[in-house]
Amino acid sequence: MPEILKRNKALSVSPLKASQPLGGALAFLGMDRTMPMFHGAQGCTAFAKVFLVRHFREPIPLQTTAMDQVSAVMGADEALVEGLATICNKSAPALIGIVTTGLSETEGADIHRVVREFRMQHPEFAQVAVVPVNTPDYCGSAETGFALAVTALIDTLVPEAKAAGTVPGSRPRQLNVLVGSSLTPGDVDHLKEIIEAFDLEPVVLPDLSASLDGHLDEARLSALTTGGTPLSALATLGNAQATLVVGASMATAADLLKARTGVPDLRFDGLMGMDATDELLLTLSRLSGRPVPARLRRQRARLQDAMLDTHFMMGLARIAVAGEADLLAGFSALLREVGSEVVAAAVPVKAPVLDRLSVRTIKIGDLEDLEAMAREQGAELLIANAHGVASAQRLGIPLLRAGFPQYDWLGGFQRTWIGYGGAQQALFDLANLRVASHHGVTPYRSIYDRSPDTDLPEGPRHGTSASPAGGYAACH
Amino acid sequence: MKAQDIKALLDEPACAHNTHKPKGGCTRPKPGATAGGCAFDGAQIALLPVADVAHIVHGPIACAGNTWDNRGTRSSGGPDLFRLGMTTDLTEQDVIMGRSEKRLFHAIRQAVEAHQPPAVFVYNTCVTALIGDDVDAVCKAAQERFGVPVVHVDAAGFYGSKNLGNRIAGETMVKKVVGTREPDPIPASATRPGIRVHQVNLIAEYNIAGEFWHVLPLFDELGLRILCTLSGDARFHQIQSMHRSQANMLVCSKAMINVARKLEERYGTPWFEGSFYGVQDMSQALRDFACLIDDPDLTRRTEDLIAREESRIHAALEPWRDRLRGKRVLLYTGGVKSWSVVSALQDLGMTVVATGTRKSTDADKARIRQLMGEDAVMIEDGSPANLLRIYEETRADMLIAGGRNLYTALKARMPFLDINQEREHAYAGYEGMLELARQLAITLESPIWPRVREPAPWDADGMPATSEVR
Repeated sequence: MPEILKRNKALSVSPLKASQPLGGALAFLGMDRTMPMFHGAQGCTAFAKVFLVRHFREPIPLQTTAMDQVSAVMGADEALVEGLATICNKSAPALIGIVTTGLSETEGADIHRVVREFRMQHPEFAQVAVVPVNTPDYCGSAETGFALAVTALIDTLVPEAKAAGTVPGSRPRQLNVLVGSSLTPGDVDHLKEIIEAFDLEPVVLPDLSASLDGHLDEARLSALTTGGTPLSALATLGNAQATLVVGASMATAADLLKARTGVPDLRFDGLMGMDATDELLLTLSRLSGRPVPARLRRQRARLQDAMLDTHFMMGLARIAVAGEADLLAGFSALLREVGSEVVAAAVPVKAPVLDRLSVRTIKIGDLEDLEAMAREQGAELLIANAHGVASAQRLGIPLLRAGFPQYDWLGGFQRTWIGYGGAQQALFDLANLRVASHHGVTPYRSIYDRSPDTDLPEGPRHGTSASPAGGYAACH
Repeated sequence: MKAQDIKALLDEPACAHNTHKPKGGCTRPKPGATAGGCAFDGAQIALLPVADVAHIVHGPIACAGNTWDNRGTRSSGGPDLFRLGMTTDLTEQDVIMGRSEKRLFHAIRQAVEAHQPPAVFVYNTCVTALIGDDVDAVCKAAQERFGVPVVHVDAAGFYGSKNLGNRIAGETMVKKVVGTREPDPIPASATRPGIRVHQVNLIAEYNIAGEFWHVLPLFDELGLRILCTLSGDARFHQIQSMHRSQANMLVCSKAMINVARKLEERYGTPWFEGSFYGVQDMSQALRDFACLIDDPDLTRRTEDLIAREESRIHAALEPWRDRLRGKRVLLYTGGVKSWSVVSALQDLGMTVVATGTRKSTDADKARIRQLMGEDAVMIEDGSPANLLRIYEETRADMLIAGGRNLYTALKARMPFLDINQEREHAYAGYEGMLELARQLAITLESPIWPRVREPAPWDADGMPATSEVR
């Protein structure tokens, strides 16, 4: 069990954390025809929007209740009702997801009551689903916000089995999939392919691979998400054979879904690396009654080959990882399989999964903390988001980008990390970074092999009284 | 900040918005249909480029965590403290138990001890304003204890718009920082025989993508010493000495007009509003300085320099003009930049079919009419749907706007140029015009457009439906 070091300083420097409502909004963006709305000042939305736009390089639908100083004190309930009505009028969405902020939570807004008031005042919008979720900025991180929003989606929109008449397994090919925020659109897409290869029908919640996968739509303009989990799918979750849960952060959402529907679930902390993928395929084979398809066997054989090719570079490699807990869990699993060691690890907030990781020490903190740890431990490679560029430079080690945000890296948003193929490419990239940054032995020239005009910048020349040790020391 | 102080800031006699809207410049945002940043955002834009200051955001993680390290402003080196995001990252316990003031005090200590900055700027946010943190008192106590200026920038997001935040930031500098130190002596190596040095300020020049470095050598050549840019590539001591300027230029944003006006009130410094975008405006800015400083020798050398630079750049731009001439541009920016960019595009022989005027004043609009003709199309509603409609109606060839509209434009298969603060290219000065022309050509002439606009070959007319193919 790792030692978890708590935050021990007043000032966070080079933050690793993105806010809870940002993560909550991201989860809602995996729903079809949806508009997320922040209940807060307009900056709360503007900042999250720029963050997501620059990461995904996509237009991001996001709205705000635009609280100001007066409504923060006198009450902003009306602004929330007005905001909901405005979005309904302008864009006719299938769903509006409301996330709270530090401002509205400090004010003490009761968004659940306000949504009921909205229902009473505006029966004409009864067909628009509204999902409120409390995501104060001063708790958790983007990962927990994402999980809270998925939990709220289930809570608001998945009916009790008894009331709705859903029966687990009545759709025997359906497999529900709850995915956490560490999975990219590329990951979700690949996961769907794997599941479909077993002739199962995945229903993914939330499905970023259908909304933020970076595709050109026929529609030139849309105020809402143009893909994602359709609202109608939520009513069918209770009829699935099973639910696959990917990401430890989704535990609470999974508990609720199971309690609501009675559908049994299978939980994975992550799907990075061979062991987790093996376990996934075994599970799918058992659920579907089909053998593992030849194509996936072939992918496994390729990963095996990549492990052989890269183990020279990856063995004993000293890696620093900064990211959300689920991401750290995924990378630590992958790295352990190839003999690398996570010597420095930082996560923005504590999470139960950390106790299960094979990492000696994990710091709850920021990139400054990680840098100090990496320096002390002699880390040779950093895995972090784009903010890690400066850290890697200061440490003089290469960076592999993973997580949010990746402002400076095209395609980072949709990179596939999971499965055999994802692991294979990750190993190639890690090994390439190791090769490119390999310095080898500092050249040393014998004291007997130095002519008087040899240009040695510093250190003793032959014929002087300096000891050979002086020359040796100059190499270090 | 007190409501009356905010009102006072919104009441800006030098701003033309005042005369027509007695309640103050900005319309209240509509919940559910609002875009744009907050006052805190504006304050950060205005001051974060000050490179050697420790910028501490006092609040929960969103305000700094979602935003740090995302601006295009650049510095020439030395302490790059502004690149580090610093925040008190308040927890729920801090908020509920009132421990946030204490945390702020220790945060300031930590920043001072770790980095020895010449000053600390503390940015207030909504949560800390709402729970009533006495940030002023904490800053004062910290300043006394640690012996470093600690400046409270009280621009919590919910005070209002980005524009207001710009203003608060400028006001704070004028009130608390300007005039607290004399300029450093002029280095001996910089003195040249026959050139008398004049000291000037720029207000709201942010050095996006390093573009001011296209312009700065010209100031050096003329013997115009820039005391401070407020705030691109600026240092704290430069802001302190802004009072010693002989002439000030308000560069980017009307929002900081209060700084120009108050420096005039307090120190009698004359000022003008100008821009470094486009050949004409660039030359005009240099002329305006010469005019305000009123040194015949400077005027002569300025005219010589303008003649030399203009003829050089016109020759260099000629091949680009041939490629860009007659292309129709839909321009959507905030306020002052509208006319400035219009003239830059006209310099390139392009036609501006419409321009955004949402934040423009009447004077801005008059200037636009002067440039584009009386029937110039002015866009107040910058929603994506409206921009798309105007794009089609005006048969424009491309959209030039802020990064916010970038992906909207691309999804609509429009050539696009980003001119806002997140952009990566330097467009200021004579030299910047070449880069602007190059970037315009890159998007306008790209071979991708037919490929992303035309249907796939199997979807084109005349192809057999799939079911017919056996």
